[in-house]
Amino acid sequence: MLNEALKQKVSELLPTTAFDEGGEWLNINIEATDWPAFAQHLRNDGSLFFDYLFCLTCVDWKTHLTMVYHLSSTKHRHNMVIKIKLDRDKPEIETASGIWRTAEFHEREVFEMFGVNFINHPDLRLLILPDGWEGKNPLRKDFEDPVNMIKL
Amino acid sequence: MYRETEILTRANQSTAHESEDSGDLVINVGPQHPATHGVLHLVITLNGETIKNVEPHLGYIHRSIEKMCESLTYRQFIYVTSRMDYLSAHINNQACALCVEKGLQVEVPQRAQVIRVLMAELTRIASHELWWGAMAMDLGAFTPFFHAFRERETINDIMEETCGARLTMNYMVPGGVMMDIHPHFQQRVKDFIQLYRKKIHEYDELVTGNIIFQNRMKGVGILSAEDAISYGCSGPVARGSGASCDTRKYYPYDAYNKVQFDEVLETGGDSFARYLVRVREMQQSINIIEQLIDNIPEGDFQAKTKAVLKLPKGEFYQRAETARGELGVYIISEGGTTPYRIKFRSPGFSNLSVLGHIARGCKIGDLIAMMGTLDLVIPDIDR
Repeated sequence: MLNEALKQKVSELLPTTAFDEGGEWLNINIEATDWPAFAQHLRNDGSLFFDYLFCLTCVDWKTHLTMVYHLSSTKHRHNMVIKIKLDRDKPEIETASGIWRTAEFHEREVFEMFGVNFINHPDLRLLILPDGWEGKNPLRKDFEDPVNMIKL
Repeated sequence: MYRETEILTRANQSTAHESEDSGDLVINVGPQHPATHGVLHLVITLNGETIKNVEPHLGYIHRSIEKMCESLTYRQFIYVTSRMDYLSAHINNQACALCVEKGLQVEVPQRAQVIRVLMAELTRIASHELWWGAMAMDLGAFTPFFHAFRERETINDIMEETCGARLTMNYMVPGGVMMDIHPHFQQRVKDFIQLYRKKIHEYDELVTGNIIFQNRMKGVGILSAEDAISYGCSGPVARGSGASCDTRKYYPYDAYNKVQFDEVLETGGDSFARYLVRVREMQQSINIIEQLIDNIPEGDFQAKTKAVLKLPKGEFYQRAETARGELGVYIISEGGTTPYRIKFRSPGFSNLSVLGHIARGCKIGDLIAMMGTLDLVIPDIDR
């Protein structure tokens, strides 16, 4: 499906969706509360069939966090980007690992690097950081490490 | 080896060690172990010889490249990315250069595009050669390693002549390539193809057709196409399960839309299928090089770009097919000289996540073979 057709389809599924213009792919902004049901639709709807979550990450915008999901379909070969704003002090979102298994690892990375709590995640604990890591989340913009961080 | 209660302290949050009387054995492989080819730590729960669970612990070579890149300019950050998947250094650089070019909307000269593809395919062969040798060594065969390195050295010498480096080349820059190819480049690549054609049958004779090797590979570590996609696998791991995912075919970049090649697919989904994909992929890479080596267009090797690059405000995503699978570079720019946030979607990270799934129910002895066919490069996973 082309971006326009995808846009049409998404606004039918979720009328409150806001679209970001200008990107290579269709960029949509949705609420965290809509995410679980919407994700199910994206994966299971025959004409959308987004079965490949190829990138899952988070961005710290200093005022809020944004979860970014890059999805593509191995059947239709179309792509879409989903963005969800989260509260920076208490970031919480439902896990996507039940729908795309790759999310399990990627969400663990986001959990330790940004401190996002993934509700119903099967195994949410540190992946890359050493056991017993305490303190701030390294990829947040206000993270300071006077010993190991090189500033240019 | 430890009884499971003894390691409960270090894995205190884990669900894998809940039952204390089950008689399960928990062993640690790594972080420093010859079979992991790097610093990877696996906590394996065993029932007898049967694997119940494999749990990777990462981060022993985590350098936080994503954070580092936030303070490096668009010319500088490419050098760091050679240190991610060091066996596909050219292709990492290429993906980053392409992503910056996408933001700058720079047209790369034809000559540079062709040189990039040539270099990328030579890298792919070199990477698969190393994998092939190391994989056979994992299974106890030492000779193939030397055979593989004989050809790999030739490629490294070609790289050294043109790029000045053998492993972390940093040759591809935004706008093209850093310098023109060495005058001997074409001739030496042609010599290499000849050598390769003469030696390739040895690979099959030594390893592929070996009955002991086949018995250890066939029917082991089976991954279905659906699971491969769901786990985000890419590259030879996904293609061994019949999931078509070659980025060079579906989202062609540089000169890939000008060359003829086949996407190698196997449907077995077992270790042997993943092995066959890589061996046949080397053949395809040779085909691509043959089509291009005599047709390098004349002209500039680099587009004219400003000394200090500034990307417009926006988001740019570029994927490239490394030897291990789909590498994604995601740049978020606020209009400055450094990226606001950068994310590397590394193929190894997703490919590793499938290990626990395919190893469950297999024997511990087969785990090493499975890891070998996933072709893990640890710095690529940890970043």
